[in-house]
Amino acid sequence: MKARGLQAARAVAVPVLAVVTGLVVGAVIIVVTDLEVLRAWAAGPARWGAAAAATWHSVARAYGALWEGALGSPYAVSESLITATPYILAGLAVALGFRAGLFNIGVEGQLFAGALASVWVGYAVRGMPAAVHLPLALLAGAGAGAVWAAIPGYLKARTGAHEVVNTIMMNYVAFRLSDWLLNGPMKRPGPGGSPGFVPVSPEVLPSAYLPQLFAPPIRFHVGFFLALAIAAVVWWLLWRTPLGFELRSVGVNPSAARTAGISVERSYVVAMTISGALAGLAGANQVLGVDHWLGQGFSPGYGFDSIALALLGGSHPVGVILASLLFGTLRSGATRMQSVAGIPIDIITILQALIIAFVAAPALIRALYRLRTRAEAGPVLTRGWGKG
Amino acid sequence: MSTAVSPATAVSQAMLGRRSSTPAVVAFVIAAAIVALFGRSTPAGVDAVFGLNPGGFTQAVELPDLVIPAAPAIYVLAAVAAALAGGYLAWPRLRGGVVVGLSVSAFVVAFLVWAVQGQSLNLLGMLESTLLRATPIALGALSGVLCERAAVINIAIEGMMLSAAMVAVVVGSVTGNLYLALVAAVAVGGLLGLVHGVLAIKYRVDQIVSGTVINIFAVGATSYASARFLEKYMWLNNSGTLPVWAVPGLVKIPIVGPVLFENSLIPYLMLALVIGVHVLLFRTRFGLRMRAVGEHPRAADTLGINVWRTRYLSVLLGGMVAGIGGAYFTIGSVGRFDEVMTAGRGFIGLAAMIFGNWTPFGAFASSLVFGFADSLQTKLQILQVPIPSEFLLMAPYIATMIAISGVVGRVVPPAADGQPYEK
Repeated sequence: MKARGLQAARAVAVPVLAVVTGLVVGAVIIVVTDLEVLRAWAAGPARWGAAAAATWHSVARAYGALWEGALGSPYAVSESLITATPYILAGLAVALGFRAGLFNIGVEGQLFAGALASVWVGYAVRGMPAAVHLPLALLAGAGAGAVWAAIPGYLKARTGAHEVVNTIMMNYVAFRLSDWLLNGPMKRPGPGGSPGFVPVSPEVLPSAYLPQLFAPPIRFHVGFFLALAIAAVVWWLLWRTPLGFELRSVGVNPSAARTAGISVERSYVVAMTISGALAGLAGANQVLGVDHWLGQGFSPGYGFDSIALALLGGSHPVGVILASLLFGTLRSGATRMQSVAGIPIDIITILQALIIAFVAAPALIRALYRLRTRAEAGPVLTRGWGKG
Repeated sequence: MSTAVSPATAVSQAMLGRRSSTPAVVAFVIAAAIVALFGRSTPAGVDAVFGLNPGGFTQAVELPDLVIPAAPAIYVLAAVAAALAGGYLAWPRLRGGVVVGLSVSAFVVAFLVWAVQGQSLNLLGMLESTLLRATPIALGALSGVLCERAAVINIAIEGMMLSAAMVAVVVGSVTGNLYLALVAAVAVGGLLGLVHGVLAIKYRVDQIVSGTVINIFAVGATSYASARFLEKYMWLNNSGTLPVWAVPGLVKIPIVGPVLFENSLIPYLMLALVIGVHVLLFRTRFGLRMRAVGEHPRAADTLGINVWRTRYLSVLLGGMVAGIGGAYFTIGSVGRFDEVMTAGRGFIGLAAMIFGNWTPFGAFASSLVFGFADSLQTKLQILQVPIPSEFLLMAPYIATMIAISGVVGRVVPPAADGQPYEK
C-alpha cells in the first residue's frame, strides 16, 4: 500500500513541478518584457527597492487578474469549465492516439471538420424535436472528425506515410475548406435574403443546443458532463475491451503485436477514426454548447493545445481531465489578464510549450529539483517515419 | 525499393505479370480527364498567349510571346498521356514513376492552356515567383536533410523559421543593417537547433515531441512579442528588404537570366546551399560520418565516430539553414513580421525533403513543385478561373499527402532516423 502511494506521488510530482516551473518562467517573461519594470531597475542601485516593488506589482497584477478571471466569480468558474470541455475531448483524442502509437497532430483540423458538420446539421436540418436533432448534430460532428482522421490513418496503414505530416496537411485542407464554406455555401445571408457580409455560418436552431443549466450570462452547459462521460467510455474502451488491448499493444510494440496476431494496420485505422471522432465532438461541443454559430476564429487553438494536455495527463483519461481543467482555467483567466494587465494571451502558449518540455523530459525536472526517482518507462509516442 | 529495381528484374517481373499496372491506369485516367475537363470546354480557334519576358525593367534579351492554339494543344497533351499509358504496357523498361510524373505534367500544362485561353499569362513572371516561393521551402527541406541524415527528425523547422523571421526583422529595424539581421536569424535558427539537440540527444525526449515543443514555443513567443511590442512600436517592425543583385552578363540570357541571376541574397544562398549540402554530405569526411551516424550509429561508434557530437553539429547546421529560410519571410520579401506568417511552409519543406528522398537535389526539385503550385494559385486568381481560390490553396497540401504516401515511388529514410542513441 505504502509503495503504491509513493509511486502515485512520483507520478504526480513531475507534472505538478512542470506546471509550477512553467508559471515561474512565465512570471519571468512577464517581468522582463515589462518596460516600466526594466526602467525602474535601470534607475540605479539607490532605487532598487522601488524596482523590486514594481516587479512584484507587475507579476501580482498579471497573476491576480489571471486568478480572478479564472476562478474569482461564479461566472469566471463557469467560463473556465466551458473552456475545459473541448480541451477534455480534444485531449482524449490525442491521448488515445498516443496509446496506439500514433501522434495525431491534426486534432485542430478534425475539430474544424466536426464543427462544420454539426453546425450545418444544426441550422439546415429543420423541424425536428431536440431529442433527435441534438444527437444528430453531435453525431455529424463526430463523424466528420472521424473521416478527417481516418484518411491519414488509412494512408499510414496502407503506405506507411507518417501520420504527423499527413494530419498537418489535413489541418490546412480543413482550414481552407472552412474558409470556402463560410464564404460560400454556408455563409450567413444578410437582411432580406441579400448576400451576407461576414464569413460566419447561420445560427444553429435551439433544438440542437446543448442545454445551458443556469440563467444567462452563465453559459455552463451539459457538454461538460458529456465530456466526462466520454472520458469514462474511453477509459473503458482502452482498458476493459479486447479492442483497447489491441490498440495499446500496438502502441507499446507493433512488431510484438503483429507476432501475436494483431492487425497493426487495422489498429492504426481504428485508432485514428476514434481519435478523430473525439476531436470532432470537441468542435461540435463548442458550436452547439457555447457559440451557436461558426466563425473562422472559433477555436483558440484547442487542437494544438490538446497535445500538451495529453502529455501532461500521461495519456490517461483521468490525467487528461485534470490537465484540461488546469488549461481551461489558465486560458479563461488569461483572457482577463490580457484586458486588465495588458499581457498578451499568447503567454499561455509559451507556458504550454514549457510544460510539455518539462513533462516530456522528466530528467530536466529531476535535475532542476534534484529529485531522486527512477526513470519510469512511459508509453512510446512515435517512432520515425512510419517504419513501425 | 521499387526505385532501385534493375532493368533485368523489371523485365522478368513484367514477364511474370507481376508488374503493377497502376501507372498505366493513372496515365489513361489523366488522358481522359484532360479531354473531359479541358478539351470539351475549349472552342476551336482560340489562342493561349504566354509571355516570356519579365515585366518592367529588365536586362535580358527580349523574346516574342509564345502563342499556342488552345484546343489542338490540349488534345496533343491528352494524346501524350495516352501514349505514355500505352508505352508503359508495351515497353517493360519504362518506369512507373516516370509515366505518372510525365502524365501529371501533361495535365498541369493542359490545365494552364485551358485557363489562359483567350487571355495571356506572363509565364516568365510565374517561373520567377516559382523560384522565390520555393526558396523558404527548399531551405526548410535542406535543414531537414542535414538533421535527418544524422538521424534526428526535425519537425521544428516551422518554429525555427518563424522565430528567425521575427528576430531578423527586429534586428534589421533596430540596426538598419540587413546583413546583421540575416546573421541574427541564422544564430536564432542554430540556437533552436541546439535546443532540439539537447532535448532529443541528451534528454532523449521523443524527437517529434521535442520538435513540437519548439514549434509551439515559437508560435507563443513570437505572437507574444508581436502583441506586446511590434504592434505598439511600429518602427521595430519595418526593416526593408535585401536588395536585388543582377549577375552581370548572365542576367542577359533569355528566360534563365531573369529567373536565376536577378535575385536578392537569400535565393542565391539557397541555390548555393543545395550544391553545398550535396557536397558536404557525399564528398566530405564529415558528411560520411553524418550518414554513418544516421544509418548505423552503433557501427559508427565502434569505428570511433563521436555519435553525439556529429548529431549536435548536424542539428546546429540544420537550424542555421532553417534560420536563413526564416529570414526570407521578412527581410527577404516583405520587410515586416506578421503573426504565424510562415503558414506551414516549414512542414511543406519537411514534405519536400521526404518527397526528395532525403537528398539535397531531390529536395530542391520537390520544393520547385510546391513553389510552382503556390505561384500558379495566385496567377489563376488573376485569370479568374472558375475554381474557388481556396481549392487551389489546398492543392499543395493534397499534393504533399499524395507525395509522401509513396504514390510517386517509395522513399527510404535513413535507417536510424528518429532513434535516440545510447552507449
